[in-house]
Amino acid sequence: MIPACPLASLPRGEALRLDVDPPIAVFHTDDGDLYAIDDTCTHQDASLADGWLEGCEVECPLHASRFDLRTGQVDAPPAKRPVRTHRVVVEDDVVYVVPSDAPPNLPPGVTLKGQA
Amino acid sequence: MVGASLAGLLTARALRGQGFQERIVVVGAERHRPYDRPPLSKDFLKGAIGEADLALEAEGEEPGIEWRLGVAATALDAPARKITLGDGTTLTADGIVIATGAAARRLPGTGGLAGVHTLRTLDDARALRADLERAGRIVVIGGGFIGAEVAATARELGRDVTLVESGPAPLAGVLGPAMAHALAGLHERRGVRLITGAHVTEVTGTGRADGVRLADGSHLPADVVVAGIGATPCTGWLAGSGVELGDGVLCDEGGGTSVPGIVAVGDCAAWYEPALGRHHRIEHWTGARQRAAVAAATLLSGGTARPEPARPPYFWSDQYDVKIQFIGHAGDADTVTVEEGDPATHSFLAVYRRGERPVAVLGVNQVRLFTRWRRHLETTPAHTG
Repeated sequence: MIPACPLASLPRGEALRLDVDPPIAVFHTDDGDLYAIDDTCTHQDASLADGWLEGCEVECPLHASRFDLRTGQVDAPPAKRPVRTHRVVVEDDVVYVVPSDAPPNLPPGVTLKGQA
Repeated sequence: MVGASLAGLLTARALRGQGFQERIVVVGAERHRPYDRPPLSKDFLKGAIGEADLALEAEGEEPGIEWRLGVAATALDAPARKITLGDGTTLTADGIVIATGAAARRLPGTGGLAGVHTLRTLDDARALRADLERAGRIVVIGGGFIGAEVAATARELGRDVTLVESGPAPLAGVLGPAMAHALAGLHERRGVRLITGAHVTEVTGTGRADGVRLADGSHLPADVVVAGIGATPCTGWLAGSGVELGDGVLCDEGGGTSVPGIVAVGDCAAWYEPALGRHHRIEHWTGARQRAAVAAATLLSGGTARPEPARPPYFWSDQYDVKIQFIGHAGDADTVTVEEGDPATHSFLAVYRRGERPVAVLGVNQVRLFTRWRRHLETTPAHTG
């Protein structure tokens, strides 16, 4: 489990990028739900934490593919592969991410730091 | 569906998404399945990604499309909704989507010369990539998106690059002169020779290009010449068809053409834009994306669907390690102010205003802030006049 931040420091409508490898984005939706997905868009190297959060979807800040935070599914090109999702746990008002052990769908040209 | 690129694919998908269950045939002049064009001048040209990465369709995607690829449409009989293809066969349809895109403009008089390139298609990019491998000196004509991006990529590949632009600075047409000047330094700092206000009179060479002659008589030696001098809509096949043409296929604000049952979308289509009070052809990726669903609804409803107000055009460009994002119409603005960062560091955000009202925003390596502004412009209704 990775500690992300105190719940109070991630207001609704905001996102946080965790500098793990690969980076993870944690979102706090306007409805008060918390979700975590890989931060890197599956199309090109862009940080989804910089994207636009609307409902349970985040729109990539560069090319506007939208990912469903619950499933990781993408709506339209240019991205065509889902983004990996992670479980979020809140304990004692601290947000934790339980990283998925599925392989990430990183964009072409982006590799894990350990495998550069 | 005539046209098998982004606009064609997305309109086909939108038709399926909106419940259309009959046959869809997509005709494409290129022999490739739909692919992503923006990387052709950047990561693909650089060799950072391959052809499989360009595919627009997801693995296993099956929207029920019959593909007729490698054959162009050559004529349309609009009242009969009959399309004639280059192989002599014909197709008759209840509804037609025109999505034939645009073709790169070529330099006059260079038809027989090797080493002269345009960049629009995958085949263009393959040829340019191969030629760049053996070339030392590159001259790029035209400082629009394609020209500026090819210059940046060739420079990153270590080539000697000269960028010739007829205007005051690269991208001056879309960004306005002030911001275009602010970004011009980007090329020079990376070692690209930038020549502005210059007109090309001739590409020299016999059999193969060996340089470019400018109007002032100077000669720029080159192993490879790339012309990024714009694109013209692929509407020649519609001449005499009964579909009204201007700069592209003239459409109403829902993509409907002058002929019922025929819509047009993507780079070939000039939709009426109420905010501008005229037809306007958008040649950006996001234009094709946003309008596919609207065009599909117009076709299925017989033109009675009420389109949502058009969103302002958004585009991006990657040059070196700099991300340029722009939304809106710079030409509508009377002022432009830098509101964040510093142009000298190539990390800034500028807002274009008409009076008090923001009409366009430029972001340079300011992705998060730009996203907020883009949303602001997209959700604020445009005013007429």
